[in-house]
Amino acid sequence: MAETRLMTINMGPQHPATHGVLRLVLELDGEVIVKATPDIGHLHRGVEKLAESKTYHQVIPLTDRLDYTNAMGNNLAYVLAVEKLLGIEVPKRAQYLRVLMAELQRIAAHLIWLGTHALDVGAMTLLFYNFREREEILRIFEEVSGGRLTPTYLRIGGVSKDLPVGIEEKIKAFIEAFPGHMNEYETLLTKNIIWLKRTKEVGIISKKDVINWGVTGPTMRGSGVKWDVRKAFPYSSYEDFEFDIPIGSVGDVYDRYTVRLREMEWANAIAKQALEKLPKGPVIADDPRVVLPEKEMVLKDIASLIRHFKIASEGFQPPQGEVYASVEAAKGELGFYIVSDGSNHPLRVRIRPPSFLNLSALPRMIEGSLIADVISTIGSIDIVLGEIDR
Amino acid sequence: MDEIFTIKKLKEKFPASPLKEETFRGEVNVTVPKEEIFEICKFLSSDPDLQYQFLTDLCGVDHFPKTPRFEVVYLLYSFKNNHRLRLKTRVAEGESVVSVESIWKAANWLEREAYDLFGISFKNHPDMRRILLWEGYEGHPLRKDFPVEGPDFDKPFVPEV
Repeated sequence: MAETRLMTINMGPQHPATHGVLRLVLELDGEVIVKATPDIGHLHRGVEKLAESKTYHQVIPLTDRLDYTNAMGNNLAYVLAVEKLLGIEVPKRAQYLRVLMAELQRIAAHLIWLGTHALDVGAMTLLFYNFREREEILRIFEEVSGGRLTPTYLRIGGVSKDLPVGIEEKIKAFIEAFPGHMNEYETLLTKNIIWLKRTKEVGIISKKDVINWGVTGPTMRGSGVKWDVRKAFPYSSYEDFEFDIPIGSVGDVYDRYTVRLREMEWANAIAKQALEKLPKGPVIADDPRVVLPEKEMVLKDIASLIRHFKIASEGFQPPQGEVYASVEAAKGELGFYIVSDGSNHPLRVRIRPPSFLNLSALPRMIEGSLIADVISTIGSIDIVLGEIDR
Repeated sequence: MDEIFTIKKLKEKFPASPLKEETFRGEVNVTVPKEEIFEICKFLSSDPDLQYQFLTDLCGVDHFPKTPRFEVVYLLYSFKNNHRLRLKTRVAEGESVVSVESIWKAANWLEREAYDLFGISFKNHPDMRRILLWEGYEGHPLRKDFPVEGPDFDKPFVPEV
């Protein structure tokens, strides 16, 4: 009788299916996983530490680089927190523009997830379709803000500039065409027998567990928890839009897949409503403490020049206190907890990363299942290491 | 069912402990003594009227040079009442806090992160290791006395061969 023992293998940190630099230490009994230990931190850049030595405005570009597939959502969470700290009211047009951009970004983020998740499981074609639509969204972002992956479009008090001429037609064309594209994706996967075998009853996590492990976003809703920050604590005028929260029932990979697909449809519907109802008016609050004066005024008027210089170099000094603001980002609840000591630098910027907590529940989902299921489970929780490691 | 109700219940349950509450921008902060954090968390999560079943966030804050320098912040959420509550507790350097991992599993990695970046250790935690930085790393980067460029930025990097 041969001796049997567990085998320990490393998956990652360089592995295409770990979606970044994630290392998983797997202890295997044959093909069954006995214990899984995620090892993170390979992408740690110290964003929270960096933010403490910057002025409040200078932190916005750092947030782009957290979950780099969801830059608009990250910007939004941060500026909401600073606005809460300052007590600024944001103009309605800026709020709607934020919603429009955040929802387009949600579609783009979910498209990357769908393409890479299907690629991991072996369905390669879909990736090309997904990146085709994502490209259109990135082109819209480029025209609106000047950046594709890291737009830094939002500002404290509003957005950096109004929509350029002619962009509304392009956004409208995208929104009109998107349901047709959704059909293309679904034909490839939803009833595909291989897809069903790889995703149904795989990586199950119960309703009770998702709550206990702090899991949020589509991963939480896949297990049947009907909760969304946009409904629980509406921000940026989300209460003006009609949308539903799709949920799953079993909590397996397939449920998380369907929840995200429905979310893309709702995101498209919200973007459509935001564009149709887009009010006229200013796109940034009128608050001389915080908001930079218009460029034209800076060139003409000495007072505006001084104000510009003061805000750009030394920033502003919010009152002492601490606030927490969160948004429903593509991965889950992204929150910023900012502690201010009354100076022009934040005392502490804490980022509540959704992927971090979602990943911490991964061992719970995969222990006891087959090694092949690890790949589809990692894909289904949709992690981005830039946000986990910060 | 609002925040005031929660604080009233807390005071009824823990009459002896000094709870300090303050509200800023509509958010309720309750500072609680370090020794009772576990009991208070347990009560808040299990009380049928409150049901703070979701630990949204747990993090450290360094108030150096004030003493006690650290603050551990717990952000709780109740699905039942749809509101958040922030608990805070002050910790001095070298002291430890009782882990709430047995109440919310979410605290497992969050407490490890607070340990890694601030050096606050948590008692009864099942796996108190560094999480973002590697084993053998010296120092805790989010402390205020840790330079933002790193402690050895001006020294040449000579890898061991």
